Amino acid sequence: MSTERLSVRKTYKLFIGGGFPRSESGRSYVVNDAKGRFLANASQASRKDVRDAVVAARKAFGGWSSRTPYNRGQILYRVAEMLEGRRAQFVEELRAAGAAKTAASAEVDAAIDRWVWYAGWADKVGAVVGNGNPVAGPFFNLSTPEPTGVVGIVAPDGPLLGLVSVVAPAIVTGNTAVVVASEPAPLAAITLAEVLATSDLPGGVVNLLTGRRAELAPWLASHMDVNAIDLAGVSADAVADLEKAAADNLKRVLRPGLSDWSDEPGIDRMTAFLETKTVWHPVGV
Amino acid sequence: MDFEYAPAPESRSVVDIRPSYGLFVDGAFTEGHGEPFKTLDPSSEEPLAEIACADAADVDRAVAAARRAYEKVWGPMPGRERAKYLYRIARIIQERSRELAVLESIDNGKPIRESRDVDVPLVAAHFFYYAGWADKLGHAGFGADPRPLGVAGQVIPWNFPLLMLAWKIAPALATGNTVVLKPAETTPLTALLFAEICQQAELPDGVVNIITGAGETGRMLVGHDGIDKVAFTGSTEVGKQIARTVAGTSKKLTLELGGKAANIVFDDAPLDQAVEGIVNAIFFNQGHVCCAGSRLLVQESVADELLDRLKTRMGTLRVGDPLDKNTDVGAINSAEQLAKIRDLADSGESEGAERWSPPCDLPQRGFWFAPTLFTGVAQSHRIAREEIFGPVLSVLTFRTPDEAIEKANNTPYGLSAGVWTEKGSRILWAAEKLRAGVVWANTFNKFDPASPFGGYKESGHGREGGRHGLSAYLNV
Amino acid sequence: MPTGAELRGFLHGLPGVDQVGADERAARLGTRSIKTTAKARAIDLAISMLDLTTLEGADTAGKVRALCAKAVRPDPAQPDAPKVGAVCVYSDLVGVAVDALRGSGIGVASVATAFPAGRAPLEAKLADTRAAVAAGAAEIDMVIDRGAFLAGDYLKVHEEIVETKRACGDAHLKVILETGELRTYDNVRRASWLAMRAGADFIKTSTGKISPAATPPVTMIMLEAVRDFRDATGRTVGVKPAGGIRTTKDAIKYLVMVNEVAGPDWLTPDLFRIGASSLLNDLLMQRRKLATGVYSGPDHFTLD
Repeated sequence: MSTERLSVRKTYKLFIGGGFPRSESGRSYVVNDAKGRFLANASQASRKDVRDAVVAARKAFGGWSSRTPYNRGQILYRVAEMLEGRRAQFVEELRAAGAAKTAASAEVDAAIDRWVWYAGWADKVGAVVGNGNPVAGPFFNLSTPEPTGVVGIVAPDGPLLGLVSVVAPAIVTGNTAVVVASEPAPLAAITLAEVLATSDLPGGVVNLLTGRRAELAPWLASHMDVNAIDLAGVSADAVADLEKAAADNLKRVLRPGLSDWSDEPGIDRMTAFLETKTVWHPVGV
Repeated sequence: MDFEYAPAPESRSVVDIRPSYGLFVDGAFTEGHGEPFKTLDPSSEEPLAEIACADAADVDRAVAAARRAYEKVWGPMPGRERAKYLYRIARIIQERSRELAVLESIDNGKPIRESRDVDVPLVAAHFFYYAGWADKLGHAGFGADPRPLGVAGQVIPWNFPLLMLAWKIAPALATGNTVVLKPAETTPLTALLFAEICQQAELPDGVVNIITGAGETGRMLVGHDGIDKVAFTGSTEVGKQIARTVAGTSKKLTLELGGKAANIVFDDAPLDQAVEGIVNAIFFNQGHVCCAGSRLLVQESVADELLDRLKTRMGTLRVGDPLDKNTDVGAINSAEQLAKIRDLADSGESEGAERWSPPCDLPQRGFWFAPTLFTGVAQSHRIAREEIFGPVLSVLTFRTPDEAIEKANNTPYGLSAGVWTEKGSRILWAAEKLRAGVVWANTFNKFDPASPFGGYKESGHGREGGRHGLSAYLNV
Repeated sequence: MPTGAELRGFLHGLPGVDQVGADERAARLGTRSIKTTAKARAIDLAISMLDLTTLEGADTAGKVRALCAKAVRPDPAQPDAPKVGAVCVYSDLVGVAVDALRGSGIGVASVATAFPAGRAPLEAKLADTRAAVAAGAAEIDMVIDRGAFLAGDYLKVHEEIVETKRACGDAHLKVILETGELRTYDNVRRASWLAMRAGADFIKTSTGKISPAATPPVTMIMLEAVRDFRDATGRTVGVKPAGGIRTTKDAIKYLVMVNEVAGPDWLTPDLFRIGASSLLNDLLMQRRKLATGVYSGPDHFTLD
């Protein structure tokens, strides 16, 4: 009697500091496919997981932000390569979540291309948004962009392209990120974490949490060691409270906007998490 | 021999302070409907004038006037025409510079040397600079046709009353916005004189509206539904309240807030220039400067020598009559601010730091605080962490470059920082590591309209000045 | 005597000078407003600090005698005007000046050491010095070898100053750095310390033959040097800016600088001199304005 081989399922865990822990809360929630069939139990992160992720992101910030832009660009490109290699897996995962075959295919392609697009920005954005300032005196004066620090990201529901479109612009400039993945469609996010973990991206640069947005976003918004927050995936009625919480340490806030992620991204998502540093020095003999 | 400088007062006759002032709305001075208040000369505590206070209806009126002007006149006007109005304003500021400087010193308490040589020239330069951008916005790097936001509500502080007005109004107008601006309640006079300058320049009615009042008027303005943009310079505490107020709206927000800047002196620094830089960093404008170098971090190997020189130099600071042309340190702007400085200075002593001031005769009347130095300060002391906003310097030492940077960045603020060393690579290394929006290397407290200014972290967001300053007022 | 290496190590170990910061500080000191009683005192002090100078190839005994007469009695209309600090001439005219000033209490300063270039053998420079002292000069204004300084041969410069100082005997030695040729403020600071270490009683900016001569920032750096030198050694050295100081306003700026940089101890002709010639009439003219309340004109002051 022949039996079909039983497949080995994947446990979908969180991605914090380069490792894949379960939620410290021990909780998980059921993720179903579009037809309501069981797909997996995703980790349901807690406020303490947010806390741990912020610690990991802060720890990674110094090293990541002082990598050369060329090096960051290469690593982002490496992410694209790894994603390309797992193209079929992602298409399948998106289809399982309900996407039609062509749509799933197109989304994965676009996500790969988006990494490539942002990879190229690493060593260019500084030239585009920085400049010398012709001041009226004997001074050298230069403004350059620098990463804001730890960015909290509430990712939109686009399971892969939406996620990539908010994570890549934040980290390409040297920020580190704590990302709350799409609540209904978190699985591709965790699979993307596996890509990130094998792309020479230092642990902690991207930390991915799955779970309830309404539970996690307020902790991220109020965390005093988070420097900025991207509210891309937040519903309109929740924005005001999160912005208020973000005011406690004057986080830079990127409000939710148009969310057709297939459009050519401008540079706004990068500049939202850049600080301008202006350095003066006398010119003399 | 002793070389006593005789009094050299600048003449007050160049200014004409009216007994009372109304609100400037829609091109005309009008009555306010709140309870009027008095502005004082902080060097004598004498009342200078009665100032109208805007209530909710007045704020509505001002916002409506700005909206009309935006939609009918200023928004549709070609950039090149807006530019010419701004150039006109810049020229009138130059023409009336002495009057503005004297009035600023009288109302604010700052030395005439600073209002004459720093504030007012920078005000004119700011209008000149942004005038030139008005018809070149498509080339500024924000797309081919960046658009104005609409009506800007702007609230400014008392430390650089006219300069902060210029930082707010010049870029707003250049980009095609109209404004409602509220000056600080203790320093409204130069803003009201600026309103007259707008009239002289024949600026269309409603493009600039100046409403006076205290915190409540400011709250009504930034919370007003009819504005599209909020720009605030002031304390971090109020900045956070404003950020909460605009939460959930589509208003664009820029904030220039507090600081606790580290001024780092390495052992190979040009010491005499470092001493000047330290003095300029903390005693410029009585230390009422958000980017003041209020924490001196000095390498231990050179600390004694540097402090000796610094104390000698502090002994030559002349404190007194703001209108005396030889005054280096003027009056503290208000009784309230003086109380705050005293409280923090007292905390420095009670927490164990050593307090020193040069011998210094302070006038009997008015609000005064002698230039003060604290040594033996630890990072944990309040005077090392809280913004004093007065002529009080906290001195800390460090042993290695890494320690200097670690201490410098160990604050929720991130507005400015100073670095003093003759070694080029160390300057660039430190400038890179410092988490601050402005880094002055071998200089301090330099400002220029072409140079962006603004903070990291809780020192605010957005930049004012330079090309970067345009984006705060454009839909980008 | 130090070694060349020790000198170099010391001079290059002095704190650097940031040019822009130094210029700013000097300019800001220049904005002090000195009025009424303070101005009157400053004018008299400046007159008493003047090294009234003539250093022309065309100088004659007659020219020197006229200058000495002016030194003793600067303004016939203002008998209370102070006399100047010294008269400064070439070494061959020292005798004439000494005779003309006998009994006035005004000393004669002589430039020496192959002034202004200083390009002569050491023996010639020393002979020049000895001749001036023998003729009665109370002060010798020597020039340093700027070529040696710029080539890094600090020891040679040091040795020449030491030798000249020895040749001076009791006469005071002013060492001219010729800062206009040293170009950088770092060099000015190093040359100041080099001269002081070698025994200078005064350090002086310039010969007046090279532009720029005295400037406020250069003088300020030298004032910082004498201040720091006294702190380090206990010995007080004087400063003399020379050349290019023509107006009362300029002179008062220098006095403000002395007051606020070196300190009031230096506000005496023993420790601060101004090398000038046309400045005297402007000081006298301003002095008369303060006394009479009306503006005067150049025809009312003697041209000597």
